[in-house]
Amino acid sequence: MARMNMIQALNSATDVMLSRDPAVVVMGQDVGYFGGVFRVTEGLQRKHGEHRVLDSPIAEGGIVGTAIGMAVNGLRPIAEIQFADYIYPGYDQIASELARLRYRTGGDFFAPVTIRTPCGGGIRGGQTHSQSPEAIFTHISGIKVVMPSNPYDAKGLLISAIEDDDPVIFFEPKRIYNGPFEGYPDRPAVPWTSHPQSEVPEDYYTVPLGRARTVVEGDEVTVLCYGTMVHVAEAAAELAGIRCDIIDIRSMVPLDKESIVESVNRTGRCVVAHEATRYNGFGAELAAIVQEECFYALEAPVLRVAGWDTPYPHAFEWDYFPGPKRLAAALETVLEDA
Amino acid sequence: MTQRSRLHIPSPPARPGDAPDFSYVELSEAGSVRRPEASARVRDIEDLATGLVQVLDDQGVAHDPWRPDLDAHDLQVALRHLLLTRAYDDRMLRMQRQGKISFYMQSRGEEAVAVAAAMALQPKDMLFPSYRVQGLQIARGRSLVDLMCQCLSNSKDMCKGRQMPIMYHWARGNIFSVSGNLTTQYPQAVGWAMGAAIKGEDHVAASWIGEGSSAEADFHHALTFAAVYQAPVILNVVNNQWAISTFQGFAGGERRSFAARAPGYGIPGIRVDGNDFLAVYAVTAWAAERARAGHGPTMIELVTYRASAHSTSDDPSRYRPEGEVEAWPLGDPLERLKQHAIAEGAWTEAQHEALAQTQAEHVAQCWEEAQQYGTTADPQLDKNEMFEDVFKDIPAHLIDQREQMRGLED
Repeated sequence: MARMNMIQALNSATDVMLSRDPAVVVMGQDVGYFGGVFRVTEGLQRKHGEHRVLDSPIAEGGIVGTAIGMAVNGLRPIAEIQFADYIYPGYDQIASELARLRYRTGGDFFAPVTIRTPCGGGIRGGQTHSQSPEAIFTHISGIKVVMPSNPYDAKGLLISAIEDDDPVIFFEPKRIYNGPFEGYPDRPAVPWTSHPQSEVPEDYYTVPLGRARTVVEGDEVTVLCYGTMVHVAEAAAELAGIRCDIIDIRSMVPLDKESIVESVNRTGRCVVAHEATRYNGFGAELAAIVQEECFYALEAPVLRVAGWDTPYPHAFEWDYFPGPKRLAAALETVLEDA
Repeated sequence: MTQRSRLHIPSPPARPGDAPDFSYVELSEAGSVRRPEASARVRDIEDLATGLVQVLDDQGVAHDPWRPDLDAHDLQVALRHLLLTRAYDDRMLRMQRQGKISFYMQSRGEEAVAVAAAMALQPKDMLFPSYRVQGLQIARGRSLVDLMCQCLSNSKDMCKGRQMPIMYHWARGNIFSVSGNLTTQYPQAVGWAMGAAIKGEDHVAASWIGEGSSAEADFHHALTFAAVYQAPVILNVVNNQWAISTFQGFAGGERRSFAARAPGYGIPGIRVDGNDFLAVYAVTAWAAERARAGHGPTMIELVTYRASAHSTSDDPSRYRPEGEVEAWPLGDPLERLKQHAIAEGAWTEAQHEALAQTQAEHVAQCWEEAQQYGTTADPQLDKNEMFEDVFKDIPAHLIDQREQMRGLED
């Protein structure tokens, strides 16, 4: 075991898989010699060679398209898109090709591509370095969508994603690369070292796709969240003094419906939280599932706490970000509606 | 010996610890590239895509045939814009380092690319910038206070606090919005130019991307549409050798110049010394003349060097050798024009020093003024405005969200 931040855990996962499986290759802008703008692939080209860890031209559509070709030829590419905000030129290759290849060929072709991409705000990145576009990928059939909230899960989920025979989009909330973030920008940054989930095995292990994790047990309200919002949820529960059952979704596709239903049936109340915009966000799917599966157990309407339905504004980052205060207010509201 | 296919991994000639090596940059004598008529057929001028148009030689002497008709006053104006662009960049970099703004990108070493083009074009020509051509704004007379307020995201910010620093635009000055997403402006510039032709106007559009960005699919879209419709557009590729950590070989520059891509589409490509103000001016004027006369688009590759880091988030000492700026064979654009102007009797060292001093003071005054309209810590902006301009009229769900935000403050 070692103490790792999320960057080190992701680096370790990639290193382990490059060592274990000669089919694994890494490709993306600045990922080779430089080691990635967030340092996730640091040292990997030196260790595994420049035929395994490739710098690429600046062309997201080209990165995804060639990753598909490599995968069809038996490789397991890990493609990095430098920021999720820049994934859209690759969207046609993802939505029309990667997601449907198995289906349209009756299972004869498939492309086990993992696309890693940093997402989320909180780094004063404005609208082009802050987006959380997970919902537009969960809406496509045929692609798995993952977002870890801590180093242990990051490594285990990334290894599962690489080994999975289906394509996976792996979102990395960049605000929590170096430490957990509760949503209080004015408080000093906290490193991962003091967090239990920063204890990470140095060798191979997996965290299966499609399993949620109960972060904190509670009996008053279920909070469904993922990524940075897991830490915000913990802070909000403390702020509101409410015993929350906080569930880290971790994997949106496939989704651990059982854990969600079990929790809401027990608490009778549910708040869904994500950083992405609210309208048609993944929270809408979660709320619909809760309504379908837990209707008779619900004692209050399911509420959503999310980013406002505007682009991410540079000057108002913290008014935009769904911080603990906003989430605590929703927790109080669902408890009032008794 | 058996032969087999082999993956080629481009590698720059020098990395940290090595001596800089620019032997790969193909140079030619100043004045050695011919200047065809602006109406010339693409097939007859393909050689322009592989030569290097240069007017100024190493001694600052200007050579025909591309030597532009600029008088002493024009040279002084050019020097003023170049110096001001650099002074502005230097100040803003320092302000970022002091935490006064969140981010910055300098254009050091490639200022002539923007300033010369802006001066060669007409005020009503529409410019579609990349993020490293702030010289366009300065040469078109934009107030520095306006640019600074954008970087501060304050109450006088043209973007109303919504964008990261340097994502300027200037509707009245005919400069389009800088996008963080690469190459998106390229087909947009072509479309604007098509619009001008449809409307029967003789304005042209010009756009800039870096050589790294030429890998994006929008590059292909732009060139295809420009060629098909013979749009009056100038497509500039600023080849500053580095795209963050990847050298120009990763954009396909190892085997052929970037300008050489254009003839394949049926568009003239001209490779020009981007640090030679006079050459950039002349080539841009040639392309504009061609476009206005109905002969269609031109691609210009501007060979230059990114003397600064990619951005304030970048550390080039990790991936490129020390001393590259000094070793760069095409020198510094400001120094080269200054040398020429002095040789022509249009400028003196004393004038240069005095101007640099005046401009530093001007930049400092502008910074003081800009901060009165709000700072990064206290932007003096109404945060309710966050919900405006998503649509022309605010829809009901955003009004609800605005109310919700206000409610949280009570």
